Amino acid sequence: MTENVLTVENLSIDYESNRGPVHALESVSIGIQPRSLTAIVGESGCGKTSLGLGVIGLLPMPPVKNINGKVWYKRVNLLDLDKEEIRRYRGTEIAMIFQEPITSLNPVYRVGQQIEEAIAIRDSRNNHKNTDANGRRSEIVASLNRVRIADAENVANRYPFELSGGMRQRIMIAMALAQKPSLLIADEPTTALDVTTQAQVLKLMRNLMNEVNTSILLITHDLAVASQVADKVAVMYGGEIVEEAEVNELFSAPFHPYTQGLLACIPTGSKAKARLKPIQGNVLDLKQKVNYCKFAPRCPHVMDKCWASKPNLRTIKGEHRAACYLHEKQ
Amino acid sequence: MSHNETRRYVGFLRLLLTSNEAKLGLAIVLVFLATSLLVAAAGKSILPYNPIQQNVGPVLASPSLQHLFGTDNLGRDVFSRIVFATPNALFVSVIVIGSAFMVGIFLGCVAGFWSGILDEILMRSTDIIFAVPALILAMSIAVILGPGLINMMYALMIIWWPPYARLARGEALRVSQRNFVEVAKTSGIKTFTILRRHIIPNILTPLLAYATLDIGTVVVVYAGLSYLGLSVQPPTPDWGAMVSSYQDYLVSAPWLPLFPAAIIAAVVIGFSLLGNGLRDAIESHNIS
Repeated sequence: MTENVLTVENLSIDYESNRGPVHALESVSIGIQPRSLTAIVGESGCGKTSLGLGVIGLLPMPPVKNINGKVWYKRVNLLDLDKEEIRRYRGTEIAMIFQEPITSLNPVYRVGQQIEEAIAIRDSRNNHKNTDANGRRSEIVASLNRVRIADAENVANRYPFELSGGMRQRIMIAMALAQKPSLLIADEPTTALDVTTQAQVLKLMRNLMNEVNTSILLITHDLAVASQVADKVAVMYGGEIVEEAEVNELFSAPFHPYTQGLLACIPTGSKAKARLKPIQGNVLDLKQKVNYCKFAPRCPHVMDKCWASKPNLRTIKGEHRAACYLHEKQ
Repeated sequence: MSHNETRRYVGFLRLLLTSNEAKLGLAIVLVFLATSLLVAAAGKSILPYNPIQQNVGPVLASPSLQHLFGTDNLGRDVFSRIVFATPNALFVSVIVIGSAFMVGIFLGCVAGFWSGILDEILMRSTDIIFAVPALILAMSIAVILGPGLINMMYALMIIWWPPYARLARGEALRVSQRNFVEVAKTSGIKTFTILRRHIIPNILTPLLAYATLDIGTVVVVYAGLSYLGLSVQPPTPDWGAMVSSYQDYLVSAPWLPLFPAAIIAAVVIGFSLLGNGLRDAIESHNIS
């Protein structure tokens, strides 16, 4: 087994709110292998984005009060670094792209200028000065070509408002990859795009991962998205990882009732006539720390034991782990 | 400048010039600017008469072709005096607005981007300055510093920045919540560079429109202080001072105080119309 690019160990994040602390993440652990695409799936407010921003130290404090645990990036614990030190990891080591490609580009600069800024940061960190305008230009064009933008010369001279959402998200990816990061955190990168564009962008990210030798942490609410591209999927519920497995394993044999519920919500062609089954109940209130299974109030298979204590992640089969007592019943 | 960019500027200019008010404003402002620059460059030699020399014509002559705006009680040509004073108004407004603009952007960005305690301190200090009537504050400062063009400019600079800081703060607050700022942070750009490259260019437009409108206000306040004798000292002509020294002739030679007053009003109206036009053009430009 090769060494992980990123290893998150027991990461807990608490927010301060008017009505007391909110526990956004509780002891989350996850490892990301080089050149792999790990997807984190969960519904709104389950702590996915806090995890992404927490890794690169961009959670605003306040309202964030406590961050505990360890975030190992190539043997450095990012949580030990001060502001200036961690800034040097952003972009060239760990890059991030966001949900809204429409507003993620600065309206006053041309696309090429924004990519150039990313390249300039990488060069300044490598003590490499590329003063040759032609060289810079061709690198900008190359990075646009890499994300399969046709007519890159022309697009580099455009302003963001002249381009479509799918184009802008490709440009965001080009900007992020221009810094040659070892890890790309993609926070709902395709949520704002229509379905056909979404598929193209996902496929592109998957291909680029091997081309530029990077790993991707894909944060999404959509299991279908994860199923298309991920190697490994971790399902989050209420600030905790409730199940993780290699992608085929997860989709063929989902173990946790929550994962099963999510899968039942994906429309499939063969079952088009059948009604989708929603998961009963509401999203969890993260204000209380509970000592029972957080999914118990919504679980169709709830047992007495689920209310008595909290299940930990346990191996089901190989790399497949789930936090559920149903395991013992089998 | 690429073809694309030229097209955008031309489009914006056309948008600005759709309204007749903005056209009039632009015309007045251009005449004012041209006159100021011409006088500042060429000095007295381009004027029909020496503005300081007495008895260039009859005393208290009414407007005629020889003396467009008539002559004053000492036989000086009023037209020459008014034109000669034009650069003062421009100089004061440019320096005061320019300094307020820069101080405002700096403080506003600091307050809006970092917020917290710094923001509170800055915004409460602008409240304090707002609480005292601007003219009275400027007068007190000008009196303490002593009369004169430069001292009065200092006085105006001290009181002029708060609205700019507030406007810049609001805009910086709005822009710093936009996604591209977050993106800039995640790509490891230094905070100062984020401010310079990503925040400031995006808050300039509303500030520029406000500044254009505001030049008119500076001209009025400057004229007011000059009227009170706190600016340029006689015999050097100045619009406000001319209104004050000619007001005794309001009945016998009404053109004397009316011409400088009308010029002040025209300049103020010109900048207001242009500023309004700019604001409207920016708004509809942003929508389209």
